[in-house]
Amino acid sequence: MYFEDEPAPGENLPILPGHVSPGRFERVLRSGVFAVTAEIAPPDSADPHDVYERVKVFDGCVDAINATDGSGANCHMSSVGMCSLLTRCGYSMVMQISGRDRNRIAIQGDVLGASAMGVSNVLCLTGDGVQSGDQPGAKPVFDLDCMSMLSMIRTMRDEARFLSGRKLSHPPEVFLGAAANPFAPPLDFRPLRLAKKVAAGAQFVQTQYCFDIDMLREYMKRVCDMGIHEEVYILPGVGPLASARSANWIRTNVAGVHIPDDIIKRLEGAEDQTAEGVQICIDMIQQIQEIEGLHGVHIMAYRQEDRVPEIVQKTGILADRKPWQPDWSTLAAQAPGPGSAARKRSVASH
Amino acid sequence: MRRWSMRNAEWLYLFYEGLERVMVRLLPLFERLGIERSDRAVEWVESIVKGFLFDSQSCGQCTLGSTGMVCPMNCPKTLRNGPCGGVRANGNCEVKPEMPCVWVMAWEGSQQIPGGVDAIRVVQGAIDTSLRGHSSWLHAARERRDAVVETVRVL
Repeated sequence: MYFEDEPAPGENLPILPGHVSPGRFERVLRSGVFAVTAEIAPPDSADPHDVYERVKVFDGCVDAINATDGSGANCHMSSVGMCSLLTRCGYSMVMQISGRDRNRIAIQGDVLGASAMGVSNVLCLTGDGVQSGDQPGAKPVFDLDCMSMLSMIRTMRDEARFLSGRKLSHPPEVFLGAAANPFAPPLDFRPLRLAKKVAAGAQFVQTQYCFDIDMLREYMKRVCDMGIHEEVYILPGVGPLASARSANWIRTNVAGVHIPDDIIKRLEGAEDQTAEGVQICIDMIQQIQEIEGLHGVHIMAYRQEDRVPEIVQKTGILADRKPWQPDWSTLAAQAPGPGSAARKRSVASH
Repeated sequence: MRRWSMRNAEWLYLFYEGLERVMVRLLPLFERLGIERSDRAVEWVESIVKGFLFDSQSCGQCTLGSTGMVCPMNCPKTLRNGPCGGVRANGNCEVKPEMPCVWVMAWEGSQQIPGGVDAIRVVQGAIDTSLRGHSSWLHAARERRDAVVETVRVL
């Protein structure tokens, strides 16, 4: 979406009255449209061009992009690095922060650094346990849980001070988000937990993958009864399953993902399972649009990122709206980072 | 034992409340003995009693009354505000598959305590790790007395 006070790419928007951030994502959500966000896979590389190659696939079809922070407890390029690079290109980035790897000293520093780089959205997460990733011998930090992290960053933003009370000369102007899992036990506590996150400072929420629309309806009914949907923007997570085999693998090996039997059966019965996975995702988004209290969707197309434009287009969720996208013909020269050709030469000469 | 304590959350909570009042009464005595010395003695008793009843991890900032008499520091992620998104369909822990999720139990326990559901909804701030190994009974008693003094002063 383009705004009247559109800045040069990489510059932030003016903060409107009642808004907390200079970001595009807060503007889009507050305008009341059905928003679309996606998750970018961070590369196992130190080349900025690997980041640019991965982001281009989302051009013109999403409003904001989440950069994960060691998701699944696996090592990749950092969220703060990805967000800094892409924010400078004009993208609206959501910086994810997991409490697993950093304590309050590191997190507060990262929030200031990211905000200085123009990052306007921060999503606070507990984080997967270290046992699930490629470094199970790592020390799990968990100094803060997502709620104490939310309230700490809100204090930094609204009261311009660190958790210790020490003053900040310029606060981080960030729109604050949290994750939610409506599909994991204890189910009747989940809406209360969402309310707690909102009380701690969450302004938008992106959920775990939704493959069970009835469960989501049940959850949203309680959320709406409590009136929480009026205080926070809720974007359920969706994504295409590659095959019945991969769905079964996710079900047993990925913590917190609930895939009901009828979804597996539907995949098994399909001639082209990958296409069926995309179709299930499209159906899910269309049903989500009908549920009261939801404000968008968050598409996590792990290893199928190139399917996102097709999914967005087929669901028609953008209507006649066009999300902001950069002009790469002019951006290529300005994008931060050394040219990959020059870089390759320098690596070869070492 | 942890499960037993969760099932008996109601009377354990009432016992605990009473104990806190006794601690406030005994505060002048502890202060005369020296807070540091008392802290060591009380913490010793506290860690034995709470260790036995709740598998307490002696964080020094007890929240048992807000967590259904289930010590949240037994959560492998030491979460103090509710369950993470990784809880298994059978209600067990993501990190330790054989262990019931601490927060699934805390939610059950909190429904048995008077005001427990309201208490579990309160956001707990960042923990002060420098209080680990100190008596939370003494800490709570001093906070409680100071709060009373403050209220009296305001009135």
